[in-house]
Amino acid sequence: MAPAVALKDPYLESRIYGARTVFVLVLALGLMIVLMARYFSLQITEYETYRTESDRNRVQLQSLPPKRGLIYDRNGVLLAENRPSFVLSLVLERVPDLEQTLEALGEIVEISDSDREKFETRSRRRRPYEAVPLHFRLSEQERALLAVNRYRLPGVVVDAQLIRHYPQGELFSHALGYVGRINEEEQRQLDEVNYRGTNHIGKIGIEKYYEDLLHGNVGYQNVETNALGRVLRVLERTDPVPGSDLTLSLDVRVQEAAYAALEGRRGAVVAMDPRNGELLALVSAPGFDSNLFVNGISARDYSALRDSPNLPLFNRAVQGQYPPGSTVKPIFGLAGLEYGLITPETTIRDPGWYRLPGEERRFRDWTLRIRGTGHGSEVDLHQAIEESCDVYFYDLAHRMGIDRLHEFTEPFGLGSATGLDTTNERGGILPSSDWKRRARGEVWFPGETLNVGIGQGYMLATPVQLAVATSVLASRGLQFTPHLLRAVNGEPSAWAPATIVEAEETNWQVIHEAMHAVFHGARGSARAVGRGSAFTMAGKSGTAQVVGIAQDAEYDEEALEERYRDHGLFVAFAPYEAPAIAVAVVVENGGGGSTVAAPIAREVIERYLMGQELADRG
Amino acid sequence: MAEYVRQMPSASSDLARRPAISERFHIDFPLLFLLIALTVYGLVVLYSASGQRLGAVIRQAEYFVIAYTVMLAAAQVSVQRYRRWAPAIYLGGLALLVGVLVFGVGAKGAQRWLSIGGFRFQPSELMKLAMPLMMSWYLAARILPPRFINILASLVLVGVPAALIVRQPDLGTALLVSASGLIVLFMAGISWRVIFGAGVLAVLSAWPAWVYLLHDYQRQRILTLLSPERDKLGTGWNITQSKTAIGSGGWSGKGWLNGTQSQLDFLPESHTDFIIAVLAEEFGLRGVILLLAIYVLIFVRGFWIGMHAQDSFSRLVAAALTLTFFVYVFVNMGMVSGLLPVVGVPLPLVSAGGTSIVTLMAGFGILMAISTERRLVVQ
Repeated sequence: MAPAVALKDPYLESRIYGARTVFVLVLALGLMIVLMARYFSLQITEYETYRTESDRNRVQLQSLPPKRGLIYDRNGVLLAENRPSFVLSLVLERVPDLEQTLEALGEIVEISDSDREKFETRSRRRRPYEAVPLHFRLSEQERALLAVNRYRLPGVVVDAQLIRHYPQGELFSHALGYVGRINEEEQRQLDEVNYRGTNHIGKIGIEKYYEDLLHGNVGYQNVETNALGRVLRVLERTDPVPGSDLTLSLDVRVQEAAYAALEGRRGAVVAMDPRNGELLALVSAPGFDSNLFVNGISARDYSALRDSPNLPLFNRAVQGQYPPGSTVKPIFGLAGLEYGLITPETTIRDPGWYRLPGEERRFRDWTLRIRGTGHGSEVDLHQAIEESCDVYFYDLAHRMGIDRLHEFTEPFGLGSATGLDTTNERGGILPSSDWKRRARGEVWFPGETLNVGIGQGYMLATPVQLAVATSVLASRGLQFTPHLLRAVNGEPSAWAPATIVEAEETNWQVIHEAMHAVFHGARGSARAVGRGSAFTMAGKSGTAQVVGIAQDAEYDEEALEERYRDHGLFVAFAPYEAPAIAVAVVVENGGGGSTVAAPIAREVIERYLMGQELADRG
Repeated sequence: MAEYVRQMPSASSDLARRPAISERFHIDFPLLFLLIALTVYGLVVLYSASGQRLGAVIRQAEYFVIAYTVMLAAAQVSVQRYRRWAPAIYLGGLALLVGVLVFGVGAKGAQRWLSIGGFRFQPSELMKLAMPLMMSWYLAARILPPRFINILASLVLVGVPAALIVRQPDLGTALLVSASGLIVLFMAGISWRVIFGAGVLAVLSAWPAWVYLLHDYQRQRILTLLSPERDKLGTGWNITQSKTAIGSGGWSGKGWLNGTQSQLDFLPESHTDFIIAVLAEEFGLRGVILLLAIYVLIFVRGFWIGMHAQDSFSRLVAAALTLTFFVYVFVNMGMVSGLLPVVGVPLPLVSAGGTSIVTLMAGFGILMAISTERRLVVQ
């Protein structure tokens, strides 16, 4: 029978303790035997091996960094390569007097304060007998002088490293991104085993997104060195596995055409193959020379780039969020047809303005300030797209309501990041009443729907998003995740199949015909650009008002005015009969989209399709 | 009260016996001799390991002077007083650990020190003593073997300081502190079923933690810790060099000051965590056996003291201090020879470094206090 209150039992406690002590003693004895066995095996059984090993104490293990993968365009043109560059390093264990050596080196090579500083940081993280880099990019002359003076500079090493080089420079700066020296933050995050001996890492763009593919795997070699640290022979070697070569879908010719067409302007061009989601061009202007970043950009170069009012470091193609303006009217028109709110025959009267029932405020058509009147008394959907009639879409948006508009437009890739394989992509805004409640904590006003109806108001989209939306229109409903990577080491890479945006075939046809008329119709807003083109094209212009730019005293008056000018936009696809390319163009402060952006779209389309034709002919 | 109890035996029937010197001065002579032997041996090795710098040896010797003083002082305090003060010491240690995370001073990316008026202090070291005292205080007052609820409370007592030390981050010390607490729990008679249950639970929960909680790079770090061979130029390089040093020593060693691995700087951390490699290289397997023999004798003496202690509290404290010492030796010698992952654990009383020596010797002081306590009950 158990006692009602448990009592301490010193006898039991002492007995348990005794038993546990015996157990622990046996266990400890066992572990001691394991230790003894270990030391016995090292010191007696494998004595000979280790004895030899220790005799070869001039043998050292070196890491062999892998060669970074190359990057090509779709035609095999080299976009990123590795070039040899000579580095001056010190093996501190073999330097008799560091100060003296640095002084002697200073007479041969110009060693800056920042070189010294970085050298000290690096030498704190080194292993014994590891060469610590002091100065990069030695000239021919410096190398020769170092070779002559080698005898009086023990511990000084010159070796060749492969350094990233971008032969296309500015042209692909935003598309590729760049590599740079590994910083402390990255050092903490990366796999330190695989990055032994690697000094550079992808910082942005493709170089960062595909870092794992491009880097490869580290190798090792055992080398015998003399007292000065020179390698006498290689004893054993595990080769590094080089990084994978990437083939991008970008086409250097299309990229060139787009960049040249944007010359002297700020803007972006994105071209995409609507049949598979491959990007053909990804341009943001102005660009910059990516090679500047590879070995640490100088403070002067960097501040020049950072402080330029043209924002060359800003990747407008994926980060720039613009009101899409009238470029989204074809999508809204299709929505109207699908929801049964309009038919191709539905017409409205356009006096040049629109007024919500029971409200005073007039929403004006863009024609009002030019012609003082509207588009006529019987405007149908075809004409509304061809001539870009605002009143038609004010009315349609009002009747559709913001939430239906949002619901129909979202599958076109607007309102969230498209998932393009690069860094820093922004998502734009596709407003809804829900969105406004969440983001602003306010209810939606009907008047705001009208602004969204012509791609203004809260609505924002990136050029990549516009290219995707245009591809969906062009392919009659195929929505691909856009991508830049086409093949890895020649193996085509697999991408997710398209999601389908459902709509009636006849409705797609109505929209296509209207967009065709924009270029080739009698009253098309871009008919001047469509005239004489070798290809039939379809498109839509857009002009976005620049709002919310703060007064900035630094700009002179002329520049200020320039920055208040409208953004010009244009989206297009071609050939009309069987679309093979979809393009989105944004020209910041360029004025009307049909005059400034449409010619750029035509340039890009023609360059690509002509190249295709030549290729087809062989 | 404690003083009163201490006086008691002289008034009892045991009066006739004069207290022995060891009892009067609270010195356990077998333990003292072993410690002195270890100290001398350690200093000899250190002279070679530090690159024959006499300064390093003198510095270490100074630490030993302090450490022996602390030990003798700690031996004079009665066991009952340790028992009464255990919770306060523990709570104080906890507060200091929190202090380290908030105001601590860093070195090599870790934050382990508190700086008070220019005097640097490592609170996690204090925890190595506070933990066994606290756990013994808690469990000795409970019915043993401990009930489930008491086991849970004990785990909290172990877990909180261990978590704080891991945050510093100092994995080695956290491991030792946890071990010193868990040993008490084990010696108190926690049932085997609970031990196995906890083991199974740990294995089962490790997998989801690995898959869902850890970043990719953290997983890589753990893999590198577990198999240093993976990182051929970092930890792996250290291990290769220390194995070469040990192996090339053979049976009789290369002779004092003649170890090529250590004298030519191939061996990393040769005077601190990896000092056993220097000893093995220069004195050979013979030297290693001598060292191990001293350790084993200290260890056996510690257990003898534990077995002959009078109450649960003393027994548990003695077992915890002795076993923690053993864990030190095993982990250090295991990691340097490539048996165990490399966590920063010094070789006790041989590796250079003041704080750990003082803490260890204070622990032996407590052990001596237990050993020389006047017997109230003749067993």
